[in-house]
Amino acid sequence: MTNNFEIIRAGVNTTFQDQGRNNLYHIGIPFSGAMDNRNYSLANKLAGNKLNSPVIEFAYQGPHIKYLGENINIAVTGDIVFKIIKNGTEIDGNCYESYQIESGDEINLISTNKSVYGYLAFGGELDLKFQWNSCSINTKANIGSNNGKKLENGQKVNILNINSDQSKKKTNYINSKVENIRVIKGPNFDYFSEEGKKIFFEKEFSVSKLSDRMGMRLEGPKIENIVNTNIKSEGLLKGVIQVPADGNPIIMLSDHGTIGGYPKIGVVASVDYDRLVQISPGSKIKFKEINLSDAETLFKLYEMDTQNLLNQI
Amino acid sequence: MIKNISNLGDAAVYCDFGVEVNKSINSEVIKYFKALKKENIESINNLTPSYNKLIVSYDLRKTNFREVKKLIENLNVNETQDNNSNKIEIPVCCDDQFSLDIKRLEEKLNISRDKILENFFSKEYFCYMTGFIAGMPFLGDLDENMRVPRLETPRVKVPKGSVALTEQFANIYTFESPGGWNILGNTPVDVFDNSKELEPNLINPGDIVVFKQINLEKYNSYNDK
Repeated sequence: MTNNFEIIRAGVNTTFQDQGRNNLYHIGIPFSGAMDNRNYSLANKLAGNKLNSPVIEFAYQGPHIKYLGENINIAVTGDIVFKIIKNGTEIDGNCYESYQIESGDEINLISTNKSVYGYLAFGGELDLKFQWNSCSINTKANIGSNNGKKLENGQKVNILNINSDQSKKKTNYINSKVENIRVIKGPNFDYFSEEGKKIFFEKEFSVSKLSDRMGMRLEGPKIENIVNTNIKSEGLLKGVIQVPADGNPIIMLSDHGTIGGYPKIGVVASVDYDRLVQISPGSKIKFKEINLSDAETLFKLYEMDTQNLLNQI
Repeated sequence: MIKNISNLGDAAVYCDFGVEVNKSINSEVIKYFKALKKENIESINNLTPSYNKLIVSYDLRKTNFREVKKLIENLNVNETQDNNSNKIEIPVCCDDQFSLDIKRLEEKLNISRDKILENFFSKEYFCYMTGFIAGMPFLGDLDENMRVPRLETPRVKVPKGSVALTEQFANIYTFESPGGWNILGNTPVDVFDNSKELEPNLINPGDIVVFKQINLEKYNSYNDK
């Protein structure tokens, strides 16, 4: 018998993601990978997987899945409202807690709660194609597993091996909300007027509905450029904040184009990236300046915290 | 030579080779890119060479700006002068169904279609960088009288294989994508092939490209072989 799950409802933006792919920017292929790295790792740990295993990532509304096969553990992370359906009976699911599911059980990931991304890990090895050592789906270039496309209604995915340890795993974790996103000044910071710089670090912006895995578009007071609204195209990274001629900042996210020609006003500090991607459209965002050495120290602390969370499971 | 090394955020080094765009500066960028690639350093995630910048991004869990900066400063770039650039011929069909912006080019440049094609196909182009979308080559330089700005309103969908111009550069859309360049023709060649993991790009930074005009018949039968 092959173990598999069927996608009854795919959800809004449901893909397979893992740790992403390295060393391909020079040919135009972005990093991709799970948007919220901490929640991705926690999902794998709770499901008893290696930390870099593929998981299902979804945005806003997740998939509704029916499982067929031998008993398997699953875990959901993020801030997610979900149900597990056993023999027609609905059970409210808790994030950060593994569940053993049986053949015929369903998982309905109803929605994210005031956040964007959630993760579902199966305690086993999903039968997925790897490209450049990663199954991460990049829907723009059609790279990765599932022919580089989002998951669709009705499709089935096989599970090759199921983890034998199916003990209950649980941790208490609450996703902290951020008030300020810390930003290191970018190489073109001085392209902007004194007023523009002030606006950037002092005013609130709201996250536009046009945000996706490629980028987060912001709306708010315009940031005036006094030098040149274009630069010679150069490399981009996740977290880079570009300001095009219209004065509205765009933050590059994991599937970003590898080069771009708009001035870079700043770069989001790595410590705040996981939390940045979870800010939902319509929410407010405010930037706070940080220097390099503080950013490095804070990231170290954040990573230690992630490790502690993982070690507790 | 690198004019300045600074940090780009907390997980990348920004190597600035100057502000101009020319082959000699870009060759320096490519030299550093190749030398670093050859070192194959585990903590380095990505290298992005462009016209006059090289961005080196690293895993902040394994290293930091100070260490990577030092590594770049001490890099022996002269050892790696294997400037093995390839010369690649790209067939292009400029049938009306493909040269979507030929009228605009004629108007903006104030030269006839025939003269535009004659000029375009008579030159060799240097690949400054690849990217934006996977495998897209940025080729230069077009003659002064061949330079036009981007479209005022970019297309939502540029067909795969489109060969297009903007300012001093030509490029090739490796797959269907939004884009604002002026489309001159279309190539039947797969410039990016994601089934080839080792060499997905037909054209790489430092390569020389020549375009060869083909007719519609040849275009249509190109992939039958």
